[in-house]
This record gives sequence, structure tokens and C-alpha cells, in this order.
Amino acid sequence: MSDATPTDVGTAGPLTPVLTDTWDAERSWTLAAYERKGGYRALDVALGMAPDDVIAAVKDSGLRGRGGAGFPTGMKWSFIPQDNPKPKYLVVNADESEPGTCKDIPLMMASPHTLVEGVVIASYAIRAHRAFIYVRGEVVHVIRRVQAAVAEAYAAGHLGSDIHGSGYDLEVVVHAGAGAYICGEETALLEGLEGRRGQPRLRPPFPAVAGLYASPTVINNVESIASVPAIIGRGAAWFSSLGTEKSKGFGIFSLSGHVERPGAYEAPLGITLRELIDLAGGVRAGHGLKFWTPGGSSTPILTAEHLDVPLDFEGVGAAGSMLGTRALQVFDETVSVVRCVLRWTEFYKHESCGKCTPCREGTWWLVQILTRLDRGQGQPGDVEQLLDLCDNILGRSFCALGDGATSPITSAIRYFREEFEAGMHTASTELFPPAASTAFAPVGAGAGAGR
Amino acid sequence: MTAVDPVRADVELVTVTIDGVSVQVPKDTLVIRAAEQIGVAIPRFCDHPLLAPAGACRQCLVDVPDAGNGRGFPKPQASCTLPVADGMVVSTQLTSEVADKAQQGVMELLLVNHPLDCPVCDKGGECPLQNQAMSNGRGESRFAAGGGVKRTFPKPINLSPQVLLDRERCIVCQRCTRFAAEIAGDPFIALVERGARQQIGIAEDAPFLSYFAGNTIQICPVGALTSESYRFRSRPFDLVSTPSVAEHDACGAAIRVDHRRGRVMRRLAGDDPAVNQEWITDKDRFAFAYATQPDRLTYPRIREDGELRPASWPEAFAVAARGLAAAIGAGGVGVLPGGRLTAEDAYAYAKLARVSLGTHDVDFRARPLSAEETGFLTSHVALRREVEYDDLATAGTVVLVGLEPEDEAGTLFLRLRDAVRHAGLRVLTVAPFLSRGSGKLDATLVRAIPGREAEALAAAELADLPAGAIVLAGERLATSPGALTAVAALVERTGARLAWVPRRAGDRGAIEAGCLPTLLPGGRPVADAGARVDVATGWGVDHLPEQPGRDADAIVAAAASGDLGALLVGGVDPLDTADPAAFLAALDAVPFLVSLELRESEVTRRADVVLPVAPVTDRAGTFVTWEGRPRPFEQVLANPASLPDLRVLAGIADELAALGHGPGLGFRTVEEVRREMTELGPWDGARPALEPVAAPAAGSDERPGVALATWRQLLDDASLQAGDEHLAATARPAVVRVSPTVLAALGEHVELTGDRGSTTLPAEAEPGLPDDVVWVPTRSSGRGVWADLASPGSRVTLKGASR
Repeated sequence: MSDATPTDVGTAGPLTPVLTDTWDAERSWTLAAYERKGGYRALDVALGMAPDDVIAAVKDSGLRGRGGAGFPTGMKWSFIPQDNPKPKYLVVNADESEPGTCKDIPLMMASPHTLVEGVVIASYAIRAHRAFIYVRGEVVHVIRRVQAAVAEAYAAGHLGSDIHGSGYDLEVVVHAGAGAYICGEETALLEGLEGRRGQPRLRPPFPAVAGLYASPTVINNVESIASVPAIIGRGAAWFSSLGTEKSKGFGIFSLSGHVERPGAYEAPLGITLRELIDLAGGVRAGHGLKFWTPGGSSTPILTAEHLDVPLDFEGVGAAGSMLGTRALQVFDETVSVVRCVLRWTEFYKHESCGKCTPCREGTWWLVQILTRLDRGQGQPGDVEQLLDLCDNILGRSFCALGDGATSPITSAIRYFREEFEAGMHTASTELFPPAASTAFAPVGAGAGAGR
Repeated sequence: MTAVDPVRADVELVTVTIDGVSVQVPKDTLVIRAAEQIGVAIPRFCDHPLLAPAGACRQCLVDVPDAGNGRGFPKPQASCTLPVADGMVVSTQLTSEVADKAQQGVMELLLVNHPLDCPVCDKGGECPLQNQAMSNGRGESRFAAGGGVKRTFPKPINLSPQVLLDRERCIVCQRCTRFAAEIAGDPFIALVERGARQQIGIAEDAPFLSYFAGNTIQICPVGALTSESYRFRSRPFDLVSTPSVAEHDACGAAIRVDHRRGRVMRRLAGDDPAVNQEWITDKDRFAFAYATQPDRLTYPRIREDGELRPASWPEAFAVAARGLAAAIGAGGVGVLPGGRLTAEDAYAYAKLARVSLGTHDVDFRARPLSAEETGFLTSHVALRREVEYDDLATAGTVVLVGLEPEDEAGTLFLRLRDAVRHAGLRVLTVAPFLSRGSGKLDATLVRAIPGREAEALAAAELADLPAGAIVLAGERLATSPGALTAVAALVERTGARLAWVPRRAGDRGAIEAGCLPTLLPGGRPVADAGARVDVATGWGVDHLPEQPGRDADAIVAAAASGDLGALLVGGVDPLDTADPAAFLAALDAVPFLVSLELRESEVTRRADVVLPVAPVTDRAGTFVTWEGRPRPFEQVLANPASLPDLRVLAGIADELAALGHGPGLGFRTVEEVRREMTELGPWDGARPALEPVAAPAAGSDERPGVALATWRQLLDDASLQAGDEHLAATARPAVVRVSPTVLAALGEHVELTGDRGSTTLPAEAEPGLPDDVVWVPTRSSGRGVWADLASPGSRVTLKGASR
């Protein structure tokens, strides 16, 4: 990757600290620290451009949505019908809740102004005069920090009326969610933002046509928006020189689990897990990689054989999974895949909004089957039933939550069917004593009798 | 094939192929409905043709190998949310294994948390879940076989005093919540919690008090919603269903009466797209127990030595006829049939009055009335049929004058709301304030001080109305001098179409049946000699009295002053009349009183002859809607002892004929009356012009006190609502509405004093009310406004009260 890395992007090997560049600054979240690093200069550049040129630049950069689906951001902006007399809105999806994902929240903690600057540029491009940042309700400290940053930006003239003397006005509202994973789904987020019950809406109409308050609305992930100042400041060509052919640029990879140094690693798309694990000091000492998620629990798991899969949209897709939010959860051989999948499924059961039957009832049932397999009380046919059940949920539910709930199950059975079969007679706690997976486990503590 | 006849030629058709069958349907038709056109029933729960699509239950998944653009959908699609596209190819469960497995899978999931209490569930036997689980589900539950644990909830909770929710049975399809929000405009129920614990809920302090709540029970595709009045009473397969027409208002809503062994168990909304679509009010649905109350009259009684005693029908007829015959020569007989009659019964009263009693003293109005109204009904309502329900969707503008549809004509209210939401209808309401119902119609207020509607009708907003506009005038205008004259002027001036919307089911039909002192059957004016000859010839009598008769108020006055020899009273509740005390005094004063009633009443207690009549379930008949649309219905229960009014009147007329008074009625059955009415036909001669009545002089009212606005709420103390305590508990409580200023000055309770007494009620602020207007419901507390408080059109004074 290093040959694709321009020299002004830092020096830490394959890493490309752009969004994370300022995180190590003293009180990095303050406006002063951000401006010292050149903050809000890209805004001047943008305000000097025609809005359509900003959209074109983002299009040219090849930036694809960082919230998981990877939809081209510039194209999303260009879908906003400018002949529609209704107001246009920008909504930032900061409801980061995907298990394993930890990129938007640290970004907003460490450098909220990157997001705010991106919000102004993006709003200017789509001709919105009101933007909303929908922050996950559980992270009160982040909400406070973003609120403080927005207040600072208002005071400094980066927000409000006549921004930087350009004549452009923008109001930003920081909205706290109420604790529902479903509100990360963009139409459920809009419902929540409007004060309603957070459940996904019927599409069409799509948000670009009738989103927030039935007006044209762009909904972007935090990281997508935060990438915009760099694109405008350093140029679309610079951005598109990073990454791979169809997955341009860089992204924050949240590495967690059984690695020596978990954390947020910013690197060009297309980096491999092998490289990232190296950067993180390797898998926990004395242990080996068993399985991992490329993009959070909603993406099918992968195994050690996929260590060299390029982590871009195409590469992970070809490996049978999805890049998702680049939430790399690493599990070593001490971990019971059945127990892990059960925990995830319990999460989906808890978070299913209830609107549609497959997700609501399916997760209820899946948890019961997985629980008995986890306890070693599985029944003959349970594995087949799990697969059949997942087939009846995947693609049948109203939104992607139900689909996501099946991903870990079907993929885990694909790679570790024998562990599920073992659930017919042996509890996971016997095969994989939970203590062995913990951070305080003695080095070299291994799996149980089943290995 | 073309399965749908396009209603209009300009409807754009698209061609889709469903299960290999090509079908043309209008653009934007949903796939699930297009499939119906070729006879393919896709299973569904959340889908309802009158509700916005939800796509929640996922039962209707189909495979779409070609979306019309050559590309298919990778996943099965919900056919209830997918509009057709030209060239689209759809494979349902009949031709696609993917669709069939998807449907079977969803059905299995729906049953995961559904209790197996079908044997005790009210819905069992008519349950879409049960039926479709049979047709599109698997016989065995893998969930149960694997020892699955169902989610449970405590059994039913009350959403309202009438509607109960069994959350275990609920499949959260959102039909009820969508109905409440979209159709009724009463979004008091909503989804709460999430995942498998998601349920329908209400706010702690806001139960589901909607006038239309019962419809949610009917459209619930499982047994989750039940009513207190029907719950656990019977099984669908034990019921016999008879279509009928609701008797509670002038809307003519189609209903289905379900009965078992001669007893009505429940009533459901009938499906009549031209009238009530698929909805009825809770009054239409639940108020039927009145007919089976313990005080129901079951045999004739005659007064002997001051006491009523049972009598045979022939004896009762003879005694009644003798008394009436004597009265004919002693001042005459006044006939007050009441407003709840079928058209056939009303015709019998009208004919009996003229043929046997020799009088035009007949008036169906059992409420405040005026000579101006008599004139208006004669000139502007009789034989006039300009507006139908469907016209509301194309009218563009509807002006409500002295009419609160939500309270007084529920079906009309829902149709108006439908037109407002889907056809861009604009509603103007001439009223003292914007009521809750008017708010749900997004109505614009043209403020009228009660009694001064005529002044408001001259307001600038009504100076001109767009072409196609409709004016709907309520019966309350009778109490507002000059108002009906102003309505007539308004339609004259603007070319708007006019309809008069009374409250009672029998009112509109009674006009053309001839139950007015100025009108003979067929809308023939009494004052017109040709019309009199017409009717006299048809009836085979020499002549009819030349002068129009007395109206109800004049009849009461004449009886009270001893000018009348007898009164023949139908279903009239004295408390409904303009002056209940005067009405009762007239009953006391009149020498001979014949009462035709369903249940004991203040009239029967005073009567010399009491003749029980059949409730609507026991006889056929016709109600005429406010549109003028006849709504015939057939007998529901066969009850030989239960005679309709017309048969009772025929019996009296026969005895009168024997005494030399008239030739008798010449009919004994509903069919015979219908034949005679058809033969007589409508009047085609000149119609009398409206005698204008001057409105009160403009300027402030010099009389002391404040103006009294009042109308009847849908659910109140009316006699036809007796017997269902749960329904009664959903009625809006009696409150006095005053302006916020007045409320601040007087406090939470207000004592009103009028020319008939004082009433103390809790007060509520109504921001839209002027300080000099107060509103109370007409019949929701005590003996009602006319008996306890004030005479129509009078003013009242207010003062704060402790309680």
C-alpha cells in the first residue's frame, strides 16, 4: 500500500492518518486545536466553489458511504431535486451502534470539528440551510462534545448566518437518540428525528425525494461527512489516489477483540486484516485467529483463510461477506462460535423494532435454538432448522436488520458447522471455557476438550 | 384479458403478468390487488384496501422475476406495497416455490408467539390468521415441537371501556392504529415497546375514546381486539347474518346483524362503497340492546279505571278507534309519529291522519322546530336529491351550516374526512367554534353566534362558492330565525348544491311520506288543490282538508289548551321536544291518548291505549338517508307478536272505518305499503316557494346573559342507546365549554341558569369560543337542556360553582 500513500499523509507504514490526524493533539476536540491543524480552511475553498462543483468534487473523489452500504456519496447528493421548492436537509447518521464498530464515536470525541466542517460543506453543496446530527442517545459524553463543538463553531462564525462572509446560512441541530439500534437505519432515524416511533419507513419515496418532514434529505454517516473537508482541501485526485480501484480513499478500521493493541486504525481501503493485525501487535500472545467480522456483527464472519482479503467493498464482497463499517472483531481459538453467535443474536432480538414479522418473531425463535445449542441441549435437526429459519428471514424482512441478524448464523455454520453439531451434546462452556477468552486469562490457556 | 373496467376513460392502464395470466389494471394498482383481478388470493394481514400500505406482516410476499424493466427483484417483494409496472411479471405462491416458501415461513413465524387459544377465541371460525394458516401454512409447528417458549402477556387490557386488547393474540399488523389515525382521526392507540414485546398501547390518561373504535375490532385479522359486549358471547358459526341498515342516524349505513336463536348478538359494518364504505359508528355497532330491555312492551294495554291493563290486539284496536272517533268530533286528533320511523310507517301515519282522522295535524318532528323550517322542508328538501356521498370527493368545497357531522352524522363525517384527505376537499363550517370533529376535517370556521347563523351566512367567506360546492344544512337551524332562509339564499346566489342533514333515521323519509302539516305523500303540497285531488283519488276518498295542519308545536299547544280531542303519539321522547314540560302537560290535558311505543315511556304511562310496535330487527322497512337515498332492509328476526307501526295503524283504521271514519288504510304489510307508495309516485307539479323569514337585527343581543350553543353528542342519553353500559362509558362526558377568559373567571365548575332552570357542569376551556357564547351538550346530563335549562334560542347566565 505504501506506494499509494502520498508523503503528506503521515508516516506510520500503511496507515494514513487523515481523520485521526489531529487526535493526538492537546485538547484535540477544541476549535483552537482544530484550527491550528488547518481546520475550517477547506470550508473557505468550498464556499468559493459553486455548490454543484462541490458535489462534482466529491463524486470525482470516489468517496463511498462509510456507514456500511458504500453508496457513492457524491451521487447521493446529486439525487437531491433542486427544483423541489421544499427545504433541503442534511442529516448526519451518528447513531453508531453496530456491535464492534467504534469509529464515529471516537471521531466525534477527538475531533468533532472535522464533522462540523464537513456538515457545512455538504449542506452548502446540497443547498440545505438546516442540518441535523443524530447522535446515539447512550453516549452522552459524545453528545455533549458535539454540542460544544457546534456552539464553538457558531461563536466563531463557522455556523449560523453569512458563514465566512459567503452569504450562506446554516443552522445545525444536535439531536440525541433514545437508545434504539434500529434508528441507525436511515428512515427509522428520520422517524425518530421527527419525534415519532423509530421504525423504518416504506420506500419509495426515498429520502432524497421525501425524507425529513417529507422534504429532500441527504443522510450520511459521520465518517463520510468528516472525509469531505479533506477531499475539498486536498483535492479529489488526492483522495482517489488512495484505496483501490472501486473503493477509493481511506477509512477507520476498528480493531477489537483478541489482538494485542485494539483500536482505531486509519488506513486506505484495500488493506488486509493481516496487515492490520501486524499493526496491532498481532493476535493475543499464544493464540491464533479463529474467526473475525469484517464489518460488525451484521456481516458474515470470515476466518484465517481470509487474512489476505483486501478490505474494500469488492474484496470482502468476493469473500462472501461485506465491508460494512470496518468493525474488525478478532476472535482467537478460545472462543466458542456458538456462544458468540448467540450473544449477537440476543442483541438482534433485543433490538428488533417489531415492525415486521420475520425479524420480530424470527429473532425470538433463533435465540431459543441457539441457547439450547449453547447449553449442549440441541436437538437433531437444529442446525438445519437454523439455516431454514435464516432463509425465511433473509430478504423477507422489512429492513436490513433482519438480514443482518441471519448473517452471523449462516456464516458461522458455513465455517464451523461441527461446533453447532457439538451443541447437541456438549455445552459451549465445556468446549470453550469462557475464562480462557478473557484478557486476564493466563497466557496459553487453551480451549477445552472439544479442540 | 381486461379484468377491471376503467371507471373513467382517462385511467392509464398497464399490463402485468401474474402467474402467467396477463391482466390490465390501472396504473399504480398494488400487485396484491391486481392479483385479485385474476382470482389469485395472496394471503395478507396488514393489507387493507382502505388503509395506507404498511408492509409490516410480510405475509403477501411474491416473486417478481421482471419488474417491468427486464430485471427482477433479487428478493421476494411484499405485494401489498408494490405498485404494478407495465410489463411486470409476478409469480405468486401458486407458481413460485420461492414465494410459497416465503409465505409459509412468515406464517410459521406469525404463529411462533400466537397463543393456541382458538377454541375460546371470539375470532375462531372467522379468523384470517386461522384461515390462512390452514391455506398457506404448515400443519405442524417446528417451534412448538422444539419446545419453544412463547412470549406471554397478562390477558386482556382495556383500550377503552368497550374495546379490549389481548396482546398475546396480536400480530401487530397496525390495521387498528392506521384506522385510528387515518380514517377516524383519533390516534389514541399506537405501537409501544419493541421486538416481540411490541404491542398496541394507549397513553395512561387517554383511552381509545373514538366514536369509531369498534371498527378496529372488525378489521383486526386475529382475535386481539374484542368488545365487552360481544366477548365470549357466541361463536361465528352459530350466528346467522342478515344485512340491514343502521337506525341511529340519517346516514343509512349498511350493517350486518348477527343473531342466534332469535337474539341479536352483535352488529358489524356492512360493505357499501357508495355509502359507509366499510365503517360504522360505535352507536351503529353497539347500540342494539335497547330492543331487549326489560321495559320492552310486548302486549297491548288499555286504560281501565285509571289503570293500564293487558288487552288483546282486537280489543286494543277497537278501544283506540272508539276514542279517536270520539275525538274527531271534539276538536280532532293530533298525530306525532316521531322521527325514528321507516318510510313505510311514516306513510301509514300520514295516510291515517288524512283518511281516517281527517286532519293534516301530523308532524314527525320531535325536536325544536319552526314554521320557517316547515316551509324550508316543503320547498327545499322534499323531492330534492342533489347530493350523494360520492359527490363529496368531487365537490371541492363543502359548507356545513349548523351541522356537526362527527356527532350528528358519523358516516357522513368519515366520508367528509376521506374526501378531505384524499380528494382535497375544503370544508367550511358555520358554527360557534371549531369543534374537535371539525378540526379533524381541517375545517375553516365561519363564526356564527347561535341564533345568528343567518348573519354568518352573509359573511364574506361565503359571498361566492366555487362551482360544484355543496351546502349541508343541519336540523338545528330550525332554532335560528332566518337561517334556513339564508341557506336558501346562499344556494340561490352561489349555485351550490344543497342537502339537509337531519339526525334521525326517519326524518328524511317522513317528509316525502307526508308526515308534515304542509305535505302529502310524494311531496305533494297540501296547499295545492291538484295535489290534494291527486292523493284523494289515489286513496279513494272524496276530498282532503284544504288548509294545512298544525305543526308539532301547535299540536302540543292545542292539546294543552284543550283544543284537541286526542293525540296519537309514536316514538317520541318528551325530553327531545322543544318544551318537554309543555309536551307532558299536553299529554296530561288531552282527553284521549294513544301511544305506539317500543318500551315504557312517559307517553305510555299517560296513554289510554298502549300499542307495542316492532323494533327494526323484527320488520322490514326503508330508511331514507339525508341524500334522499332509500335504504330498504328486510326483517332480521321473525317475531309474529311484533307488529310494525303500519300494521297497528291499519288495525286502528279498520276499526275507525267500521265507525264510519274513512275507508281504512288498504294495506297491512310493508310490501303493500311499498306498492302503494310506488303507485302514488312523486309530485311533479309546482313546488311552493319559501316564505322568507327575517333574521334578527344585526348588532349585539340586548338580552341578558350569554348565547347558548348546543347540539347532541353522538353518544348521549338517547333512548336507543339504553342497555349497553360499556358503550355509554365511551361517551364524551357532559361538560360546559366556555372561553378561556370565562373559565378563568368562573372556575372549574359552572352553574348555568336559563328560563327553565339551572344546571351545574364541569367547565372546559374552548379557545375558539367568544366570551358571550357557551356550549353544553343537549342530552348528556340530567333531563337535557330543554327540560332542565333553557328554551331553544334563549340565553343563559353563568356563575362559578363549587361542584
